[in-house]
Amino acid sequence: MTTADELREVARKCRVHIVDMVYRAQAGHPGGSLSEIDLLTALYKTQLNIRPSEPKWEDRDRFILSKGHASPGMYAILAEMGFISVEDLESYRVLGGICQGHVDMKWCPGVDFSAGSLGMGLSFGMGTAIAARLDGSDRQTYVMLGDGEIQEGSVWEAAMASAHHELGNLNVILDRNRIQNDDFCETQMRMFDIPAKWKAFGWNVMEIDGHSMESIVEGLEFLAQSNDGPSIIIAQTVKGKGISYMEDNPSFHGAAPNEEQYAQAMKELGVSA
Amino acid sequence: MTKMEATRDGYGQALLELADNEKIVVLEADLGKSTKSLHFRKAHPERTVSCGIGEQNMLLVAAGMAASGYIPFASTFAIFTERAFEQMRNGVARPNLPVHLCGSHGGTHTGTDGSSAQSIEDLAIYRTLPNVTVIHPSDSVSTRVLTKQLAASSSPSYMRTARNKTPVLYDDVGEDIIQIGKGIELQNGSDVAIIACGVLVSEALKAADLLAIEGIHATVIDMHTIKPLDTKLIDVVSERCGSLVTAEDHSIIGGLGGAVAEHLSTTSGTPLERVGVNDRFGESGQAHEMLELMGLNAAHIALAAKKSISRK
Ligand SMILES: Cc1ncc(C[n+]2csc(CCOP(=O)(O)OP(=O)(O)O)c2C)c(N)n1
Ligand SMILES: [Mg+2]
Repeated sequence: MTTADELREVARKCRVHIVDMVYRAQAGHPGGSLSEIDLLTALYKTQLNIRPSEPKWEDRDRFILSKGHASPGMYAILAEMGFISVEDLESYRVLGGICQGHVDMKWCPGVDFSAGSLGMGLSFGMGTAIAARLDGSDRQTYVMLGDGEIQEGSVWEAAMASAHHELGNLNVILDRNRIQNDDFCETQMRMFDIPAKWKAFGWNVMEIDGHSMESIVEGLEFLAQSNDGPSIIIAQTVKGKGISYMEDNPSFHGAAPNEEQYAQAMKELGVSA
Repeated sequence: MTKMEATRDGYGQALLELADNEKIVVLEADLGKSTKSLHFRKAHPERTVSCGIGEQNMLLVAAGMAASGYIPFASTFAIFTERAFEQMRNGVARPNLPVHLCGSHGGTHTGTDGSSAQSIEDLAIYRTLPNVTVIHPSDSVSTRVLTKQLAASSSPSYMRTARNKTPVLYDDVGEDIIQIGKGIELQNGSDVAIIACGVLVSEALKAADLLAIEGIHATVIDMHTIKPLDTKLIDVVSERCGSLVTAEDHSIIGGLGGAVAEHLSTTSGTPLERVGVNDRFGESGQAHEMLELMGLNAAHIALAAKKSISRK
């Protein structure tokens, strides 16, 4: 078993990768990568049944990053897991690089969905979950959604249909960082009682602290044990978590740090110059 | 130094200038900072409708407002307008409601976001819809002028703008040469006519310079309106030059090249080479890298021109 302290150290390394990638490219999405990374770290390290040396292994669990712009977070954990190398991270947003701007299953080992258009991943995940059931396999599907993303109507088509089909092997992690592209969700589109909405759609629901490894591990256990229908953990997170000036700041949804900000970020992440 | 501006800035500016008309309303889908409708939102929050990340809903809200006497301008990235295509078809075009849809960040030129964000089929799909005017301006000035003209139209439209800066072409010309449905002849030559739209118009001008070095004189047309197509002008330059090239940051299937080919097939049959994205998806890269990789830049346009001439 990986301890919570070990998980925290992997997540810290991933944060360094995320800031490095976005700084080098001078483009990309740091905010949603930093908010999701504790969740991704715990998911990859403690739950997913996958083989880094055999990324297309048929009976692997599927992870679908539906909010595909938060690709630096996913590339970071894929590198820490050994699906890709740390050098591969330098190809983020570079012509011909495997680390495309948005995660793409045609380009990068370990990526199971070509994302970039919001609101598509849950439907795709429903498909992989039904396929697993038809195959008689226990493999699980996990889908990461953004909170702005769930404003897309198609998410709710998939939510309704997954409950209808009692897909106990379908699991969602919602990154509730309260910010979307232009501004705070509260300004752009109020969503009122999100847990109640998912419950009303027939889902098993648990709320967790998306930056406490103990709370995340508990949430992932809940997903593993809820098999009577689709389940969701709603993770309260902070956009830009770990870098003071990015935290809770809509400007860092899709903007890169400058040189000075980069140096400060590295200091805050405990990297000596 | 050539002045550089992004066409999306011309769109944002036009919305502000249109605001005196109380019927003008703006709809957003969480990309106002990018499409540049944010300036209107800041100045006129009461006439701006935030639709969250919900493009399909946005299109039909706009239709409802248009049916109630308002003039809606709705925008998102070009690629995400496409998920509301059927709403545009059945909810806007069919009842012929004056909803003006703007798709920014069009084409492979949009860059490192990669293939999911690079719309290369928008001009083609909207062109198939009856009643819909389809526009893809080449610079910020013409974008501003054409957007303002659209507000006076009683039919729907789709306009594509670009994310990245390109040369300003119409800074010191009279704005009255910029008219919906009228191609603009930027350069007059008698060997070949290059008909371009959007970000490739400035590349076409560069291609004409390259050709001039070899003694080839090219006509260059800014065909900002894809539909209705200025077939009169196409006939004039076909007659004059005897060979044509189209150039667009869009699939070679169905866009400007497709439209011109359709026209030629029933008229002169003048040789035509189409420069465009050759039936493939893009990938992450800088704008100039994408134009090279996709075979769209000035050098490729010049090559196509020579090929077209050789087919005379
Ligand atoms: C269909 C669609 N519409 C718009 C966009 C542009 N876009 C990219 S990220 C984003 C905001 C996403 O917010 P959220 O889901 O909360 O993600 P996070 O905060 O985790 O980054 C938007 C509007 C998109 N990628 N897809
Ligand atoms: Mg968010």
